[in-house]
Amino acid sequence: MWVIYKKEIRSFLSSLIAYVVMVVFLLATGLFMWIIKGTTVFDLGVASMQVMFDIAPYIFIFLVSAVTMRSFSEERRLGTIETLTTRPVSDMGIIMGKYLACVTLVLFALLPTLVYYYSVHQLGDPVGNVDTGSMWGSYFGLLWLGAAYASIGIFASAVTDNQIVALILSMAVCLFFYMLIGMVGDIKALDSIGKSVEWFGLDYHYDSLSRGVLDTRDVLYFASFSALFIWFTKLVFESRKW
Amino acid sequence: MSIEVQQITKKYGEQLAVNDISFTISKGEIVGFLGPNGAGKSTTMKILTCFIPPSSGTARVCGFDTGDNSLQVRQKVGYLPEHNPLYLDMYVKEYLAFAAELGGVNKVRKRVAEIVDLTNLGREQHKKLKQLSKGYRQRVGLAQAMIHDPEVLILDEPTSGLDPNQVVEIRDLIKTLGKEKTIMLSTHIMQEVEAICDRVIIIDKGNIVADDKLANLRNNRQGSVIVRVQFGTRVTPEDLLTIQGCMSAKETGENTWKLEGNFDGFRAAVSQFALGRNLEVLELVTEKNSLEEIFRTLTGHVGHL
Repeated sequence: MWVIYKKEIRSFLSSLIAYVVMVVFLLATGLFMWIIKGTTVFDLGVASMQVMFDIAPYIFIFLVSAVTMRSFSEERRLGTIETLTTRPVSDMGIIMGKYLACVTLVLFALLPTLVYYYSVHQLGDPVGNVDTGSMWGSYFGLLWLGAAYASIGIFASAVTDNQIVALILSMAVCLFFYMLIGMVGDIKALDSIGKSVEWFGLDYHYDSLSRGVLDTRDVLYFASFSALFIWFTKLVFESRKW
Repeated sequence: MSIEVQQITKKYGEQLAVNDISFTISKGEIVGFLGPNGAGKSTTMKILTCFIPPSSGTARVCGFDTGDNSLQVRQKVGYLPEHNPLYLDMYVKEYLAFAAELGGVNKVRKRVAEIVDLTNLGREQHKKLKQLSKGYRQRVGLAQAMIHDPEVLILDEPTSGLDPNQVVEIRDLIKTLGKEKTIMLSTHIMQEVEAICDRVIIIDKGNIVADDKLANLRNNRQGSVIVRVQFGTRVTPEDLLTIQGCMSAKETGENTWKLEGNFDGFRAAVSQFALGRNLEVLELVTEKNSLEEIFRTLTGHVGHL
């Protein structure tokens, strides 16, 4: 597993994907936090990073899908899937190696934004007047959200040997779980059923973590969500044997 | 036994790719797996390397079942797939190190250096794979297949698409390797089998149509003997057919004939015939049944059945 992990990380670094993802994420969140009128920290007049944490899940949908789209699609297109799966490694080892590499990249995309935390921290009145608990909760939630997206992306990539199809499929599934399910909860006619459907959405648990309360139920939800999609990936991956 | 295949059948949907084939390959043999395109060569190799399972039947490599002990099989097998897929963005050494680590090699660096030496990749070892010529890529393909020192090498069309010089180089490399390993290689080129292999398995439309040592296959084919003879003067085919055991006579050039006889001493009979008629004989040779011909008869006829 770690051999695959190492190879994936190296290919992220050598193909510039890693840098592009980090820079794009930093710039995109930066735009909303500091530049685009109406959303900036100055406009809101509150020393918080809420803007970033609101917008980041959507940027992640695109970025994480872009990172994961090649993981299996490319192996299949190049045919290297054949040399890879005929070596003494288990299918799960291959999948987890690739998955964890993608999650690591998500983590590294988040790290540079700590600069923004420092800025907001300094802007507080008095200095340091920031809701630290909520902030770390949000970072924590964002990491789990990225991991969940990555599992969706890996799955989409295993489905097809076309990277564009993988990208679009992954984004659609991510949007479905982050946005659409939550919307069901807003439908008045459904009432309590709507509320319980809402519980299945990624956004419900992300928001919950963002409040700064580390609820094990949310963590458990994210972990099982990722595990489920990794299991789907395994099924698809093994389908060559059917 | 290095490879044991028992009654393997593989269906892709409705299409029958491999039909109930069985064969064994013992340690140290170099076996050519010969057949036209689409005969089921690659499918059989994919089954042996655990890439796909058979629809029915069992395959064992070094005593391990490809289904139940897949990981052990994969440890024992080095595989070069058709078209030699490579991560084109990786460096030669980087890729070989990756393959070595996946294969559970202990001293990765040392092993990579060894294999680079063995496959003569020295000059190219710092390049990216996409910068390599096809011949060198094929060497990398062989190198990655052997990196974990497997007992069995399975090579799917190792020389396809190479220029004649490269073909000779790769063949020599395979021959050198063959001294220590069991090798099964597929090809549709006859000369390749003649140049490298001890034994040949001919497969057509999913069925094995011949499985024998090269020499046996050449000599025993239907017991017929082909004699090429050139006379100094004109002879009629009717005359020639009076030779004892002569089954057919075909004129291939000026007074040159290809005669097919049905017993071993046929050449002597032709000679006797010429002496008896006081014919001048310019050339008289027994032609071995060429592998190409055997291949064509075997695969051609099966198609019409």
